[in-house]
Amino acid sequence: MAIKLLQGVHVPHRKNTAECVPVRMPAPETVRIPMSMHIGAPAKPVVKPGDEVKVGQLIAEAGGFVSSPIYSSVSGKVKKFEDILMFNGSYCPAAVIESDGEQAVYEELKAPQVESFQDFIEAVKNSGVVGLGGAGFPTAVKLNTDPSKVDYICVNGAECEPYITADTRTMLDDSQLLVDGIMLLKKYLQPEKVYIGIEDNKPQCILKLKELCKDIEGVEVSALPALYPQGGEKVLIHNTTGRIVPEGKLPIDVGCIVINTTTTVAIARYIQTGMPLVEKYVTVDGSAVKSPKNVIAPIGTAVKDVIEFAGGLKCEAKKMIFGGLMMGISFPDENAPVVKNTNAILCLDEKDATPPPVTACIKCGRCIAHCPLNLMPANIDTAYQLNRPEELKALKVNICMECGCCAFACPAKRPLVQVNKLAKAMLNKYNAEQKAAAEKAKAKEEAEKKEANTNE
Amino acid sequence: MNNKIVSVSPHIRSKVSTSTIMRDVLIALCPALIAGIIIFGVRALAVAAVCVGTAVFFEWAFEKICKRPNTVGDLSAAVTGLLLALNLPVDIPFWQAAFGSLVAIVVVKQLFGGIGYNFANPAITARIVMLIAFSGTMTTWAIPNFADAVSSATPLVALKAGAADATIGQLFLGTVGGCLGETSALALLIGGIYLLAKKVITWHAPVAFIGTVFVLSLIKGGFGFAVAEIFAGGLFLGAFFMATDYVTTPSTKWGRLIFGIGCGLITCLIRFFGNYPEGVSFSILFMNILTPYISKWTATKPLGGAKI
Repeated sequence: MAIKLLQGVHVPHRKNTAECVPVRMPAPETVRIPMSMHIGAPAKPVVKPGDEVKVGQLIAEAGGFVSSPIYSSVSGKVKKFEDILMFNGSYCPAAVIESDGEQAVYEELKAPQVESFQDFIEAVKNSGVVGLGGAGFPTAVKLNTDPSKVDYICVNGAECEPYITADTRTMLDDSQLLVDGIMLLKKYLQPEKVYIGIEDNKPQCILKLKELCKDIEGVEVSALPALYPQGGEKVLIHNTTGRIVPEGKLPIDVGCIVINTTTTVAIARYIQTGMPLVEKYVTVDGSAVKSPKNVIAPIGTAVKDVIEFAGGLKCEAKKMIFGGLMMGISFPDENAPVVKNTNAILCLDEKDATPPPVTACIKCGRCIAHCPLNLMPANIDTAYQLNRPEELKALKVNICMECGCCAFACPAKRPLVQVNKLAKAMLNKYNAEQKAAAEKAKAKEEAEKKEANTNE
Repeated sequence: MNNKIVSVSPHIRSKVSTSTIMRDVLIALCPALIAGIIIFGVRALAVAAVCVGTAVFFEWAFEKICKRPNTVGDLSAAVTGLLLALNLPVDIPFWQAAFGSLVAIVVVKQLFGGIGYNFANPAITARIVMLIAFSGTMTTWAIPNFADAVSSATPLVALKAGAADATIGQLFLGTVGGCLGETSALALLIGGIYLLAKKVITWHAPVAFIGTVFVLSLIKGGFGFAVAEIFAGGLFLGAFFMATDYVTTPSTKWGRLIFGIGCGLITCLIRFFGNYPEGVSFSILFMNILTPYISKWTATKPLGGAKI
């Protein structure tokens, strides 16, 4: 079956660190581990200031059904809990742990007994793993589904963002763990087929995984063209299985589960060794970085410590980004901690950091021609400026995944992703108002009916 | 807190900008201008200089008076001026050429809000205004160099009269009567291919436009007639450079196809049955007016979007 690939943009690859084997950094003096590093309820602390903790020891349990437990990434003493500024601009309570530098592993860690589907889900839940590709959705919640509904599992090794090579290194350095993780997913979720989607700018990953998977039935390595955003969930599903996720539905509704390579490895590591998610491969790169590197950083390490370990900056970083150039979040505070779904820290010099001046839309249609989801960003821009939420509804701004192809391609340098975010908020407000108005009208109608009945 | 820049993603933009696009269009128009100079003499260059100079001046002056940001740097005014010049006879008085730039830049473009907001193609509209205002000078065709013919009528007039006096070769090279930049199909084709290669334009509108004219002419007068019809007049200039103007044509693939087919249809109607020998300008202006509706009909279907 030949699949007509979705549209996208050719971004510069800049995979400077593809050959850099991740280097484990020593434990920093203190780590600040936020209680909310995932989508859903914040985790509930189970340690208190003054407690001694070790690497891998539970410090906060899941705070609800959609939540995830958190483990200490260093050995040392819990100093306090305080509200810290996260990279996304919100404040979040965090455990501040002073490291003793020993990195002693918690003695009670042991591989979990996994014999049934329920055991598997429980193990994934206890591993503290969330969507490590960037979304941060608790993986156990995603995988806790009826296995008969799962037709395909798409393992996401696309890593389509410029600079980032954390997944690349995971696929190369932890390839056996990755295959073990895939076998676990195969065993418990019973998919018809597992696709490992990798962009063809990483031939070494494709070769290695093809070699490892050649005797495994039902696992196929899909070499995808290096056309951003192959790693987008809907794009990956379409370009590997040919299925389309309808508006307002989840991948599982069309029989698909997408799981990131690093996430898969983290699950396999926990099930084999009992070591939960406490450290991350982080690519440190960008035009202001002296020597681009991959670093293994304990979760909770301040960004400035990671950068310093990697070799520091060659000039002032005018912009710092968590994640990639296309979808990463820029943040002002270099004390912000590395969290579970951090895969890169980029520092840009003044030239790269300054957004270009915005000019008038010339209706060239590039945003439309490059949108993977066939949206019309220029029209969304106009409808938003004219304050027309009903038009935004028809233009389906709500399905936009904010991949940034439109804004990248725009010759007038219009901030189309920003507009789409604002337009979504406008549409949500409009929908809520419409709903409230409809309910009010209905209530009024019923009240009148009741009155009419009593009058009779 | 500190001096870090914080902005919404993406944090990288493509190198293509409005001014690089306009620069590419200017480059693509150079072969046609050079052909015009070779065929009609250096006065062609003078007309182009007047049009470009005044177009840029009017853009700058109008924005200065209205206290709008200066957009001369995006080169769109220069493109409009050059396109207008290529659409004029070589002997046009300079003051009339300057008047054309005034209409194009001030009336058609700036009064509607400047770049991105005009609904009609400035150069085309200015040419039509001039055709009506100065019908004498606008239809006086100089005798081209290298031509054996003494007749200075355009090939389209001759074709309409049923007596083709130019060979296909002459039409292709452009050694025939006509506007200074429209006669050489070869030069315009080189420019068009450059724009396609640089991905400044897509093939949809030009192919649909020229294809429609070819097919309708084939039906009317056979193969030789059809080839003469597509090389004659302003078809290549209109199809590659005016029917592909971003602002005044649809932004979607299907919209551009419909736009091109509509242009071809109207061009042929005017050429075959109208009083004017040429209909390219009118057809593009007419389709410009329909563009918002074509865009609406050809809106893309969002992937997985539910019906509402």
